[in-house]
Amino acid sequence: MEKLLPLLVAIPLFAAFLLPLIDKIRNGSGISRFLAPFVSLVLLILVFRSLASSEVTYWVGGWTPESGALGISLVLDKMSSFMLLVINVTAFAVILYSHNYMRRYTSESIYYCLFFLMVTGMNGLVLAGDIFNLYVFLEIAAMASYALVAFGCDTEELEASFKYLVLGTVGSSFIIMGIAILYNQTGHLNMAQISLNLPAQNMAILMAGAFFMLGFGLKAAMVPFHAWLPDAHPSAPAPISAMLSGVLIKALGVYTLLRVFFTVLGMSFEFAHIFMVLGALSMVIGVCLAVVQWDFKRLLAYHSISQMGYVVLAMGVAGEMMISQKLSIASLALLGALFHLMNHAAFKSLLFLCSGAAEYATGTRLLKQLGGLKHRMPVTSGCLRIAAFSISGIPPFNGFWSKLIIVIAVFQAGHYGLGALTVLVSFMTLLSFIKVQRYVLDGDPSPCVEKAREVPFAMGLAMVLLALICVFAGLLLPYFKPFLLDQAGSVLVQNVPQVIHLAAGG
Amino acid sequence: MFNHSFLPYIMAFVIFAMGLYTVVCKKNIIKIIVGLIIIDYGVNLFLILIGYRTGGIAPIRAAEMNAEKFINSSVDPVPQALIETSIVIGLGVVALTAALAVRLHEKYGTFDTTKIRKLKG
Repeated sequence: MEKLLPLLVAIPLFAAFLLPLIDKIRNGSGISRFLAPFVSLVLLILVFRSLASSEVTYWVGGWTPESGALGISLVLDKMSSFMLLVINVTAFAVILYSHNYMRRYTSESIYYCLFFLMVTGMNGLVLAGDIFNLYVFLEIAAMASYALVAFGCDTEELEASFKYLVLGTVGSSFIIMGIAILYNQTGHLNMAQISLNLPAQNMAILMAGAFFMLGFGLKAAMVPFHAWLPDAHPSAPAPISAMLSGVLIKALGVYTLLRVFFTVLGMSFEFAHIFMVLGALSMVIGVCLAVVQWDFKRLLAYHSISQMGYVVLAMGVAGEMMISQKLSIASLALLGALFHLMNHAAFKSLLFLCSGAAEYATGTRLLKQLGGLKHRMPVTSGCLRIAAFSISGIPPFNGFWSKLIIVIAVFQAGHYGLGALTVLVSFMTLLSFIKVQRYVLDGDPSPCVEKAREVPFAMGLAMVLLALICVFAGLLLPYFKPFLLDQAGSVLVQNVPQVIHLAAGG
Repeated sequence: MFNHSFLPYIMAFVIFAMGLYTVVCKKNIIKIIVGLIIIDYGVNLFLILIGYRTGGIAPIRAAEMNAEKFINSSVDPVPQALIETSIVIGLGVVALTAALAVRLHEKYGTFDTTKIRKLKG
């Protein structure tokens, strides 16, 4: 596996620039839309292989620490392979879906170029072993996503992209400021080395923590910093909205928060409580704003904020329990956080793909103009219903189980108020998705929907794939939990094996 | 409390804050872009100060110099490598922002953000 590790970054990077080139040579025959799914499939196979592998470290260019050089490392631990799985499964479904959907746009090959650059950034981000490379890959993914938001080149898309770009760049500046402070304090950039050499809590470390919280919080769209998300996510083409909401805010925001605060800086009561406050705020405010929306994709974007709130809240609870040495509750909360992260990737990207399919067939995404979709588009409607049940937490779909685990963990940790809040937010999510089903699916076909036909096969296949994950992920949890979620969580809870593993090389 | 060696660091933070003020408070797209560049300079200055030592030499090892003397007298090269990357990323960001600004000007005919307001969020 060690030799294959750099391929996870290299394949999408080369594909990003080869596909437009091949398209150019073939005089714009659109061959990239046939090649792209295969590239994604190869990545997916590599990721499945990486799931079985043990923890490995790859030193880029052979600059190992034994040779006395400061090298760049790619590290595959269980947390990374879990994130890789989430990223690449979603990317595969989205690429399949783009095959038909993106034909409406000109310069399709540029779209695939930017898409694979984004995948490069995210794969590299979760593999990066030193914190500066984490920042570089984060910027690659973010830059590609700024351009993809503006892909339609309409007034609203440009404006949303500009807002996203300005806020995102400010966030990145905070992150690199934090990295600089950490380097100053420890003299290392390797994450394991930083955490080993970290001096006891002083003002500089707290300041770095505050900068990271601001920067990564902006990337994860936690509530005081959420202003860009409801504009940027709906403005992008539907498959990109699915990618942005489904995995980008998780890889750039939540994964980095987990990595930096659990592994590098180490949890403290202050950080855990900030996580809990941010999570609770995002949950409540996100869902309150979502209920009143009438634009389908905007409603989904606000729900992304709210659902990420669940994950961050569970992370905060896990951090607090870790410090008070109640490791069983901490692992339960982390299990909930990671499982919900995975489930959210499945159902939120499915919801965005369904909204795209509705827009593809009818030309509108306003809830009041849609209606009676189930008579005209049975596959899309079925998938939309499954996703809506999942996100609002109806058993036996996956969203129910992860929310249940989070609620149980929050109650066990003794935060009864927060637990009640979690249940209440889940109820409001249900309300808002009853509204979606009532206006989009049920009733008689509206004038817009009257002529609509079912979407092409590849788009349907992508949606059915994600719908199957939504149905079975919850039911099969006992089967994949031991080797996927538990080990990813244990990397963060104990964080000892990984640090020792890295330090052996770092 | 106020040690003189802190002054350069404080200056880097002041520049950072000035850039942040420009981005948040100015209503002109071009000024916002300039604000982003100022933030970038603040960060780069901070990075270079971390590696700096008074009277240090450039981190290039001459043939006659022994390793110990070199390590004791040169400035830290790692932040310089970081700055190089950071400058390149900054260039990319500014280029993309400028491209967006040109397209926005084509659509709206203005750089005033108070008039570019179709979205609510």
